[in-house]
Formats: sequence, structure tokens, C-alpha cells
Amino acid sequence: MECVFGLVGNGFAIVAADTSAVHSILLHKNKEDKIMVLDSHKLVAASGEPGDRVQFTEYVQKNVSLYQFRNGLPLTTAAAANFTRGELATALRKNPYSVNILMAGYDKEAGASLYYIDYIATLHKVDKGAFGYGSYFSLSTMDRHYRSDMSVEEAIELVDKCILEIRSRLVIAPPNFVIKIVDKDGAREYDWRITTADA
Amino acid sequence: MKLDTSGLETTMPVIGFGSNSEMLDGFSSVPSFDLPRTTDFDGFQKKAVEMVKPAKGTTTLAFIFKEGVMVAADSRASMGGYISSQSVKKIIEINPYMLGTMAGGAADCQFWHRNLGIKCRLHELANKRRISVSGASKLLANMLYSYRGMGLSVGTMIAGWDETGPGLYYVDNEGGRLKGDRFSVGSGSPYAYGVLDSGYKFDMSVEEASELARRSIYHATFRDGASGGVASVYHVGPQGWTKLSGDDVGELHYHYYPVTPVTAEHVMEEAAE
Repeated sequence: MECVFGLVGNGFAIVAADTSAVHSILLHKNKEDKIMVLDSHKLVAASGEPGDRVQFTEYVQKNVSLYQFRNGLPLTTAAAANFTRGELATALRKNPYSVNILMAGYDKEAGASLYYIDYIATLHKVDKGAFGYGSYFSLSTMDRHYRSDMSVEEAIELVDKCILEIRSRLVIAPPNFVIKIVDKDGAREYDWRITTADA
Repeated sequence: MKLDTSGLETTMPVIGFGSNSEMLDGFSSVPSFDLPRTTDFDGFQKKAVEMVKPAKGTTTLAFIFKEGVMVAADSRASMGGYISSQSVKKIIEINPYMLGTMAGGAADCQFWHRNLGIKCRLHELANKRRISVSGASKLLANMLYSYRGMGLSVGTMIAGWDETGPGLYYVDNEGGRLKGDRFSVGSGSPYAYGVLDSGYKFDMSVEEASELARRSIYHATFRDGASGGVASVYHVGPQGWTKLSGDDVGELHYHYYPVTPVTAEHVMEEAAE
């Protein structure tokens, strides 16, 4: 099942997601990037039903771009997160989207932030968060080792601890993960953790 | 006979999240092993296997290699245990440089691929250039997404050659769309993946690739009851698609595994009168 988790460090936020596209017992693809770069300084890591995940995150991405075009100013991470939650809430009682989202961003005033948005439109600003079966293992690992002023190296060590725990304890553990980071220099891919390269 | 289920009872304490309300995520309830409420355990097991097995009764596959895209499919249509046809065209020609494969509901796949062909032609007329494989698959995915939950059954691959080279996308009725190098769709797909994954190399000639595709379909039809008929193989190159072969899988079996005459050890003799 899909594993997404993230944390906030000293002036940056990191999110990691597995990269398997699964259909019942079949693994269709093991390099599917589930962390979308929303704009220059925002990342959206999404997990959920395949159609909903891509369609909803692209919808949010296009609306965020539209706001920037219309107003000449980018949205703050908090505003983008609240917009996303609003869309999920509006659709909830009619045609709900099955997507769980971790939104990470960097703003000049607010610094790095991470927002936890689940499929029933819950919104929380958090220091660390996780979705999926992997959350059972990564949340406690992060709770134990997290400090609010971690450097990038320390945070990546913690992410690797979580990935190792998921790999060793989750019965159907995803083989590959992607890690992305957002800081004052922007949102970008940090690294991949691959155990099964495409044959 | 009363089953002794004491071994299945969990000693884990209830995590105090309160009653099972609909608003709570299903994962927060106590993990326990539920026994099915039935007396027909064999029937239940059968239903469980049916639930996990890929539902669409067919085998289709496609992969990208050095010389383009290879697309192959079987040709059996089944309704439960009845084989309604052994000669269904499961590779649909959207336009001269793009192919779609059919898995799931035949009517759904045929209609929506035809509809996609119309949209692609309109795009060509409006923009004076051919549509990309990425664009065509996105059109189909968006269309299927808007009908999600309404019972469409489509598991298709869009294969083609555009300005960026060979392209292959998997699109299904849940609105999922995946870009990849190698896909197989249908109830026979796990079997096909087994042969395809172990024999795949990017640097193959067209003959080697078509043989790999044909062999993968054959092996899937051998093991999967819902796949059979004729294994069709198509190749999509820079000039468009061409049909390479269509072989009956029954004949293919004896081609791959010919019957060797075995000398009998004991010959029955006529009873002496």
C-alpha cells in the first residue's frame, strides 16, 4: 500500500513517497513519481486511488498557477493548503476524492511548513506526518528521533531510518522510494532509494 | 462440527478510538482476523481468489524496445465459463500510427477507442499537426475519469510513435494513467509478465521482440482459461504500425513443444485364438 511521509527541518521540508503503481496483486510500475512540484516552492505528495490522485493534484496545481497569473503573486503554502482542503470538503458529500495529501512548502515569512490533508478534508499544520500502512512504522520512528532544528543530513538519516523500517516490517513493502525537498532555493527532487531497478 | 476459533481471538487491547463510526479511517480499528460469516468456506475461498485475480478476461501486452513498440493480444471473449468467440480483434487501430489494446468490456473499449480516434483527428485538423501519444492517452484518461463509478470496464494501453519517439501509456476505467516501457493487462497478465520480464532486453531486433511477445501471449493462454484463440502481434515503428503475425495458440503449442514419438515398451498382442 502507498507510503507517504514527511517532516520539517531547519529552513526546509522533506517529503518521501513510495513509487509503486499497484493494481490488486500486480505491480504495474515501480518508478511512479507521486510527489508533484506544485510551484517553485511547494511540493504535494499524494496517495490514493490512481485516477483521483493525478486528477485532483493537477487540478490544484493549475488553480494555483492561475492565481499567480491573475494576481502576479504566488500563493503562500497555508493558502494553497486551505484551498486544497476547501476543494476536498466541497466534493466530500457529493463525489469525494480518495486522496491523502502532504503539502510541503517554503515561504519567506513563514519559513518551511508541512500540511497534513486527508481524504475527508482534515487539515493540520504539522512538523511530521505520514499516510498509508507505512505510517504505522514511520510515525513512531519520526516521533522518537525528530528535533525541530534538524539539518538536511540529519533529516535524510531519519527518512532512511523510516524507509528501512517500512522495508523490513511491512509485509508488502514497496521496493522504491523518492525523496523531494523544498527550501529557500525551491522545490526539487533530492534522491531515490531503489532496491528493485526496472528489469 | 463447531469450529474451535479460540486460537484466532486477539489479546490486543482495544485502542480507545471509540465506536466504529463512518468518519474514522478503517485502519484505526483493532486489527483482528475476521472469520467469514458463511457455512460454505470453499465457496468463500473461491470468491476471495476471484476478487484478487485481475478481472478482465483477456491477455494483452505491449513493450517499448530499440525499434519501437511491440503490441500483442489474444482473441478470446468469454462470458463466465462460456467462450463466446475465439476471433475478437483486441488490438484497435486508432489511426495509422497509434494502436489501442482492449481488455474489459468489449463494447466499452471499442466505443471509447473509436471516440479517441475521432478526437485525435479533430486535434490534427485544428492544430495542423498530429497529436502526441501522451496527449491522446490523457484525452482518454480524462474521459474515463469523468465516468468513474458508473461501471465502465476498460483496461487499455495506448501505443504509438510521435515526435518524441515511441510512447506507451496504460489507461484504465478508474482514471489511472501510467507512462511506462512494459505493460500487460488482463486476467492472463501475471503469466505474460513472467515470460516478458525474464526475456526482455532493450536491444532486440524486431524478430526477437515479436517472438517474445508471441511467446508471452502463448504462455498466458496456456495457463489462463479466459485467454486463447489467436495471438496477434503488431509492431509500431516510425512509419506507423504493421501487423506482424496472427497465430492460433493451439498450433503454437505444438510448434514450441512438438510431440516426440515414444516407442512403447510393451505392445499388446492379439489374444491367441
